[in-house]
Amino acid sequence: MTIDTLINIGINIGITIINIAIVFAVAMLHVAYATYFERKVIGHMQVRLGPMRVGPHGLLQPFADGLKLFFKEDIIPEDADKPVFYIAPIIFLVAALVSLAVIPYYQGFVIADINIGILFIFAMSSLGAYGIVISGWSSNSKYAFLGGLRSAAQVISYEIAMGLSLVGVMIMAGSLNLTEIVNAQHESPYGMFAIPQIIGFVVFVIAAVAETNRTPFDLPEAESELVAGYFVEYSGFRFALFFLGEYIGMFIMSSLAAVCFLGGWTIPKFVTNVLPFLTYVPGIIWFLIKVYAFIFFFYWIRATVPRYRYDQLMAIGWKILIPVALVNILVTGLVKILL
Amino acid sequence: MEQQVEKILETRELNVNMGPQHPATHGVLRLVLDIDGETIVKVTPYVGYLHRGIEKLGESLTYFQGLPLTDRLDYVSAMSNNIGYVVAVEKLFGIEPPERAKFIRTIVGEMSRISNHLLWLATHALDIGAMTVFLYCFREREWILDLFEMICGARLTVTYPRVGGVRNDVPQEFLDSLYKFTEEFPTRIPEYETLIDKNRIWLKRTVGIGVISAEEAINWGLTGPTLRGSGVQYDIRKHTPYDAYDKVDFEVPIGTNCDTYDRYRCRMHELRQSNKIIKQCLEKLPPGPVMADTPKFTLPPKDKMMPITHPTKEHAYYIDEKVCKGCGMCLRACPAKAIAGEKKKPHKIDQTICSQCANCLVVCKFKGLKIVPGGKGLSEDKLKELAAFPLPEEITKAAEHLVEHFTFIKRGPRAPEGEIYVATEVPKGELGFYFVSDGSGKPYRMRIRAPSFIHAGALPRLCVGHLVADVIANIGTIDIVLGECDR
Repeated sequence: MTIDTLINIGINIGITIINIAIVFAVAMLHVAYATYFERKVIGHMQVRLGPMRVGPHGLLQPFADGLKLFFKEDIIPEDADKPVFYIAPIIFLVAALVSLAVIPYYQGFVIADINIGILFIFAMSSLGAYGIVISGWSSNSKYAFLGGLRSAAQVISYEIAMGLSLVGVMIMAGSLNLTEIVNAQHESPYGMFAIPQIIGFVVFVIAAVAETNRTPFDLPEAESELVAGYFVEYSGFRFALFFLGEYIGMFIMSSLAAVCFLGGWTIPKFVTNVLPFLTYVPGIIWFLIKVYAFIFFFYWIRATVPRYRYDQLMAIGWKILIPVALVNILVTGLVKILL
Repeated sequence: MEQQVEKILETRELNVNMGPQHPATHGVLRLVLDIDGETIVKVTPYVGYLHRGIEKLGESLTYFQGLPLTDRLDYVSAMSNNIGYVVAVEKLFGIEPPERAKFIRTIVGEMSRISNHLLWLATHALDIGAMTVFLYCFREREWILDLFEMICGARLTVTYPRVGGVRNDVPQEFLDSLYKFTEEFPTRIPEYETLIDKNRIWLKRTVGIGVISAEEAINWGLTGPTLRGSGVQYDIRKHTPYDAYDKVDFEVPIGTNCDTYDRYRCRMHELRQSNKIIKQCLEKLPPGPVMADTPKFTLPPKDKMMPITHPTKEHAYYIDEKVCKGCGMCLRACPAKAIAGEKKKPHKIDQTICSQCANCLVVCKFKGLKIVPGGKGLSEDKLKELAAFPLPEEITKAAEHLVEHFTFIKRGPRAPEGEIYVATEVPKGELGFYFVSDGSGKPYRMRIRAPSFIHAGALPRLCVGHLVADVIANIGTIDIVLGECDR
């Protein structure tokens, strides 16, 4: 091994660390302002202003919230299973954070360009469910227990639907690597897989809402039934970890939608053919527009619809989404073979 | 082998304590749920966390003083509770309020119904998860509360109606703003409905949930929209009208499917009907007084006591030595401690300390206190001389009114002996007041038939067999407020 290769490895590691730092910092900032964005969007939808007090237009509100959570007393229930109770939010957050590594933000910028990007994200989001389940179990509270149970059932059911909805994309792209999926979309005549894979896209969106525990599928934390669900006994910074994990999860699902269905950092060729100046816009901008449009959609749903009941949620997952996704795979496969 | 496994894997229901601190139990209702998975096996409601002994308190207050207690019953529709109370007391005393007061009461009663139903819809929708409806409803509710503020200064605990009428006449701005409200409100109702009425999730959560047949609903004692949702045409406003309800035209909406959705529809129709009633009342509002002219049962108007209570600073009070028996009543009543004297001997007022509050005047049983108009700062002898002259009629009348006022507040007008039960239709159902009168100024027993209490009792019947989420929908649909339930 020569000195040169060692230096090369060192540089690569350095670059990776810088990349990680950038992504981590941006993700944290994203979470802070995603909460602000959510409160503003929902506020304006509900004929009120949202946060207005801390800083101009409440812009410093996320920091005030963060500080408050950080300095709050950390209450641990007497009868909780302490080691498990401590580790649950960490599992939840870490599982969410590592998924950020495989998402291609724009051409060439991805921390770990692995061949099984999609599978990795699935694996991590399933792992996150463990955080929920064991937090519900270790709290030794009945509400948390019910929340944990609901969540386990929900995540398992919807993971299947989501996985199946993405199989169509995998067939069309011929790869599990997220960067290659984006490139395949750019080269296809549609520009984005949301058009040929519209059924898969709809199934994915519904499953993604359920996967991130958001309205109308926010049963694990149904406020009016289970008070707060699985994290009812968590306070202070441990609660903040769950909160972070949840918003990062939302970011990952939105990114996955952008990457797999909306063409990632690219814009369809038929658009650039008509408006050629759009090619000068950096890819990261397109990516962020797509992601935030999707996140906005999450908020929009939350402000609009009521919550499903537990059995209805299960019925939708198993009786509608999974069969529809299977049919989608069948059709996509047949088209792929015949054409 | 299988039997053995069954024996080891013994399952039992999970016992969940829902409340008294829970975001969806509308106050401090506590439900103990036995659940098998997510299915409800048994529900036991526990009430009493907000018990303030209002019925008992009523026994130590005169009929006229008991009114503010009723604000604290169902605090989201305080006006209706006030009306229920005054209607009952009026019936006991045989007082007939003037026509204008009746119309005003009908107006404010229906405003209270609208505000209650808006709050109900807001929280019911929020419980089921639709959070935007909540804020839309609160927007219109604010308007109504502002209107309440305009007529009596309070938004929630209004105490606006009085036995024999209402506290004061309504200002013109109130009528203008209310008219604007009645014009605008029907356009706002569709805003709530578009959000939830046709929403599949809302339908899935409400249709076929909490079904209770008409017969059962009657047997459980349900009233109000909760009963009408089961298709029973029962509305006290229609069947035994009070206030001005017999002079307005309105419909009583009823449901057919006996479920949560139909009860929701009933209340939405009631919003429209209430709006219609207010509009008619505004158009028909007759001129005239707002308090019944029954001096025995109503407080003398303040301006009649004015000559004595207001420019008193110029008066002096003087104890007539010939009349004073030295009982010490005035001595104890004097807040400035200006009166001195031994027992059974005539007392004396120290004019330098006297604050001219007229307390001694009203407590004296022997009419031994004399007012000397413009007598402030005069010497004792001069006062004695002046006190011998007869007073102007204005002052004697005012003094009489003041004494009347005092006895009215202290003892209360005596009610005829007997028992009475009077029910009114409050937004939540039938609110009944039952008085046992022993002929004194205070009720011997006051009993309140609170719809919330009776509805809370029907919860187990509605919930068993459904899922946990339906408990929330059912608590919402029976529309309870724990202030009224626990009293």
